[in-house]
Amino acid sequence: MVDLFTGLVVALSTWLFGVEPSAWLAHLIGIIVAILVVTLPLLIAVAMSVYADRKIWAAMQMRRGPNVVGPFGLLQSFADGLKLFLKETIVPAGANKGIFLLAPMITFTLALIGWAVIPWDENMAIANINVGVLYLFAISSLGVYGIIMSGWASNSRYAFLGALRSSAQMVSYEVSIGFIIVTVLLCVGSLNLTDIVNKQKELLELGVPFGFVFTPLFPMFVVFFISALAETNRPPFDLPEAEAELVAGYQVEYSSMAFALFFLGEYANILLMCAMTSLLFFGGWLPPIDWAPLYWIPGPLWLILKICFFFFVFAWVKAAVPRYRYDQLMRLGWKVFLPLSLAWVFLTAGTLVLFDWLPA
Amino acid sequence: MIESLCFYLFAAITVLSGFMVIASRNPVHSVLFLILAFFNSAGLFVLLGAEFLAMILVIVYVGAVAVLFLFVVMMLDIDFVELRQGFLQYLPMGALIGLILVVELMMVFGGWVLAPEMTAVVASATPDIAETENTRALGQLIYTDYVFLFQCAGMVLLTAMIGAIVLTHRQRPGVKRQNISKQVRRRRDEAYELVDIKPGQGV
Amino acid sequence: MTFLHHTIRSFFLIEFVKAMWLTLKYFFRPKATINYPYEKGPLSPRFRGEHALRRYPNGEERCIACKLCEAICPALAITIEAEPRDDGSRRTTRYDIDMTKCIYCGYCQEACPVDAIVEGPNFEFATENREELIYNKDKLLANGERWEREIAANIAADAPYR
Repeated sequence: MVDLFTGLVVALSTWLFGVEPSAWLAHLIGIIVAILVVTLPLLIAVAMSVYADRKIWAAMQMRRGPNVVGPFGLLQSFADGLKLFLKETIVPAGANKGIFLLAPMITFTLALIGWAVIPWDENMAIANINVGVLYLFAISSLGVYGIIMSGWASNSRYAFLGALRSSAQMVSYEVSIGFIIVTVLLCVGSLNLTDIVNKQKELLELGVPFGFVFTPLFPMFVVFFISALAETNRPPFDLPEAEAELVAGYQVEYSSMAFALFFLGEYANILLMCAMTSLLFFGGWLPPIDWAPLYWIPGPLWLILKICFFFFVFAWVKAAVPRYRYDQLMRLGWKVFLPLSLAWVFLTAGTLVLFDWLPA
Repeated sequence: MIESLCFYLFAAITVLSGFMVIASRNPVHSVLFLILAFFNSAGLFVLLGAEFLAMILVIVYVGAVAVLFLFVVMMLDIDFVELRQGFLQYLPMGALIGLILVVELMMVFGGWVLAPEMTAVVASATPDIAETENTRALGQLIYTDYVFLFQCAGMVLLTAMIGAIVLTHRQRPGVKRQNISKQVRRRRDEAYELVDIKPGQGV
Repeated sequence: MTFLHHTIRSFFLIEFVKAMWLTLKYFFRPKATINYPYEKGPLSPRFRGEHALRRYPNGEERCIACKLCEAICPALAITIEAEPRDDGSRRTTRYDIDMTKCIYCGYCQEACPVDAIVEGPNFEFATENREELIYNKDKLLANGERWEREIAANIAADAPYR
């Protein structure tokens, strides 16, 4: 992707100004353009996903949802953003000011930098690093810092309780996510996200639709999806912000842009998790079945469609399932998902070794 | 050029935040600086071409261990003024330990310089970065060449963990416990009963 | 057997799948919400909204200043002063309702012997300050003129049940 834009920059510059830019300058501009090409649509997508979330949730409760600002209420998120932007940032008197203001920035930045390794098509990632999955996993595990720092720095009981819940919850569910990633890695033999999707192309050619999801890895997909819900603090695992008892948990003292950053970061994280699910289990940029006309639709569009579908399921779960009690949440993470995913790691590894199917 | 710039940046921040870990007054700030130090060490690993180690450092240390540190430090009510009172008393001991560490580190590096053939021994286990991915090389080392030692280390850790659980676990009589599957299995017809109460009689 | 049954149920997340299916069905149902400022729900003829003082068809005020409404008002929201008019008939000189006190119980319109004070169908009379909610006689009479058709229709619709 960077190479593509670098080439574009060189061509454009020679055509417009008649001078070929130095290699490193072209590369730098190429990187910046690539980042913008991913980030700007992403930010708009985040705003629209907030709107979509509200609409889907409303429809499932037979409500209309936002429908006043713009056609069908499409501009609602932008209106909300503008409103938040114009509000005053309040820093509580007892707060630890530096950390208080740092926390939302961390959340937002982490939610965005995860997208650096998402491959939109063959050779269409900003950074095609060979530990892509681990990078995504690391980014999602860092997400807890924004929350725990905000909870502590707010100097508020509610915020602190929310932060404690969140940190315990995210650390617990990361463990099972890690094992699920290991099962996928065992089948692929590479940590590179592009390789993972390409492996699923082989499955497509064998006639398996989508990818790893319709193989014996299916239970891992379910566990991964539920863990992703927990990892992004989405209902039914939204205990860190439980409105009913903690008012808004770690966000309780935040206002204005600081709050907006949390909000955007949360939704960007959700989209990132959706993208990760699509890449690991649903064949990323590949069409659902191996049929030539489907390849005419460009790869990035397939990935975006899959992300949209998973986002719909995220919202759908939110509408369908009540919030978990905290002890049940911990039980689910440690006593159900951890043994299950661990057992699946053994099972997968055993099967691969037994039939000598280990990828080279 | 950029690489060395990055190296000095990461190294400087690592050392500085390492210093701030012991220098800052607030324990939570200390832990946060520790995290920053971890993070920058991960950056150094990336510069060395060991991206797997870098990611594992971030996942394990920053993502899990440091969270638990932070968790504990936030919950503790530490009076740091009181803690500092014994500072001079423990200074000689601390300085001694620090000195030993420095000498040992110097010996390690000195060994490379004084006996260059030792580096050959060390390097023999790890293939060149250009040859194979460091993930594969690490896997080869841990899970194939030194699998026995790795398993032993794992067993030691497991023993430590079980030991901690056994030591702290106590059976308390009369504690009500949740049986989740029983709770989930509960149906409507066993949860309540409709009673037809005649007027003036009560239940 | 039941153990196996329950294990299978929970292992295959049957309850979750059922819940998801249910919500998906509701997703495609028509919306229950009405689009408020543009659509409004039906109101009963007995709906008790904003107050109005009515007139006879010839333009004469109905209110005879009997002060029954003032007496019955549980919230003490109504204040009436009365004097004989030039033609000798008894009429109010002052008829105030403090809408911030009013509890919309409808006792005033029940007490009224001449159907003068009524609670009309209007419920959209929010104001920007409290002063505007202290209604005087002019405001109430103006309300009566504005809502007369609806009020008359409502009284006619409710008449068979009284």
